[in-house]
Amino acid sequence: MALLTILTLAAPLYAGDPLKMYPFKRLQPPSPEMWFGSDNLGRDVFARTIFGARISLMVGLLSAASAAVIGLLIGVVAGYSRSFDNVVMRVMDGLMSIPTILLAIALISLTGPGIGILIVAIAIPETPAVARLVRSVVLGVRGRPYVEAALCGGARLPKVLWRHILPSTIPALMVQAATVCASAILTEAGLSFLGVGVPPEIPSWGNMIASSRLYLAIAPMTIFAPGACLAVTVLAVNLLGDGLRDMFDPRAKRRR
Amino acid sequence: MAIYILRRMISTIAVMAMVGIFVFLLLRLAPGDPATIIAGTKGTPEMIAAIREQLGLDQPLPVQFVRWALSVLGGDFGVSMFFGRPVLELISQRLEATISLSILTMAVSVTIGVSFGILAAWRAGGLVDRILTAFATLGFSVPVFVVGFFLIYFFAIRTRWLPVQGYEPIEHGIGPWLVHLILPTVTLGIPYIAFIARVARASLLEVLLEDYMRTALAKGASSYSMLFHHALKNAGVPILTVIGISFAYLIGGVVITETVFNIPGVGRLVVDAINNRDYPIIQGVLILTSGLYVLINLAVDLSYTLVDPRIRY
Repeated sequence: MALLTILTLAAPLYAGDPLKMYPFKRLQPPSPEMWFGSDNLGRDVFARTIFGARISLMVGLLSAASAAVIGLLIGVVAGYSRSFDNVVMRVMDGLMSIPTILLAIALISLTGPGIGILIVAIAIPETPAVARLVRSVVLGVRGRPYVEAALCGGARLPKVLWRHILPSTIPALMVQAATVCASAILTEAGLSFLGVGVPPEIPSWGNMIASSRLYLAIAPMTIFAPGACLAVTVLAVNLLGDGLRDMFDPRAKRRR
Repeated sequence: MAIYILRRMISTIAVMAMVGIFVFLLLRLAPGDPATIIAGTKGTPEMIAAIREQLGLDQPLPVQFVRWALSVLGGDFGVSMFFGRPVLELISQRLEATISLSILTMAVSVTIGVSFGILAAWRAGGLVDRILTAFATLGFSVPVFVVGFFLIYFFAIRTRWLPVQGYEPIEHGIGPWLVHLILPTVTLGIPYIAFIARVARASLLEVLLEDYMRTALAKGASSYSMLFHHALKNAGVPILTVIGISFAYLIGGVVITETVFNIPGVGRLVVDAINNRDYPIIQGVLILTSGLYVLINLAVDLSYTLVDPRIRY
């Protein structure tokens, strides 16, 4: 039990490592020894895996960040304004009922593959969950005495939202953002694997796996290397999320 | 109860209307004028205008939407631009593979997921719990297609125990059908099992802390009876909810799993449709899956009363 607590609590420490490692390696030329062998066009899998990390992490982080910011704005306003709430939350319900990958596929099919549209297409399906969470926190906080006191004290509503309501949503938002980031990385890989994500000339983990699938029997490393990196990265982000939750929620910590 | 069902129906219709508007706009925003595409390279401007009128594309957008929505409600999802056949026909041809895979995966995952959850909660903090929790986190993090290729490599290419890819319709016999579905089901099921196990464990642990559990223990109930008679019943609602919600995960996974294992299902249909820019197919699949998702969650909501008699609408 103690081990588990330490592992999850220390998660921010060791989970940060795989994220930090890549920008450093990125500047090195592909290694001549070809650590992970080479793919069907004779390219160094090790180098491509490292380069793939840039794309996967960039798309994952950017779409998680945009989903978090848009979701936060929508959630805060929806938590405060009844009429806005009714309209926007119905839209969110509608978006939520379309499976993430299908929604992203539909959006990408409008413009064709590209990194910009990919980030948008991953962020949109993730936004409703964030908005919903933020809204529920705001609904819980808005009746608290300190908020009412601030309003009675003559503070204007936008200021109250910014100074008193927004900070209380941050812990939940950060935990959610980690989850969203993990699933964004998975979605990016999935879409690239299906051939609708990152354009095929750019090495990304999903692309690498897609282009090597015919060679599974001959060169399994071309699939397992990027696959393992993908799994380890998502695992690290998930553990980071668990660690954050334990940090912010003392109740959950005590129970373990 | 009746009023509640009615209210839920109305909100279901509202959600479906949102999906409808979104999907409709998707088709309208899509690059390429359908009339020009249908007229082909030899189309004159007059022909294009005639086709536009025939398709109702010259009407204002809201009118077009209502017409379109009515035809969708009547089961007409339009005609595939690539195959030239009705979308509904194309989808139903491929439904068997997708439904086989989904139902098998759901059944296996719910059974294993809930059992894992019970096992982990039973000895919370023990070795079994820690192994299962680690598995759940891992299962949640490894992408479906990586698991798929891993399994193919070891169980099909290396050992030749199972077929590498493909699908056998059930009419060719249960045996071949099942053999072809084992690897896809395991692949698709792993994240699903992890998710269900996590929620089942958490909600069981919550229930185990309740006062009535202590009462049950005090009056000498065995741990078996405590888990299955007292705890599981009360933990049922969150578990049911999560099964409903994760249906959306399942669909996303189906698309990828069908690609990995080369299964001719609805997921493959969509992926091919993107490459062909076949918007009516994308549209039809979006509407059908989200409709199914909404209906399943409605069913889940209504089934709460069966699991927990305290819930009355």
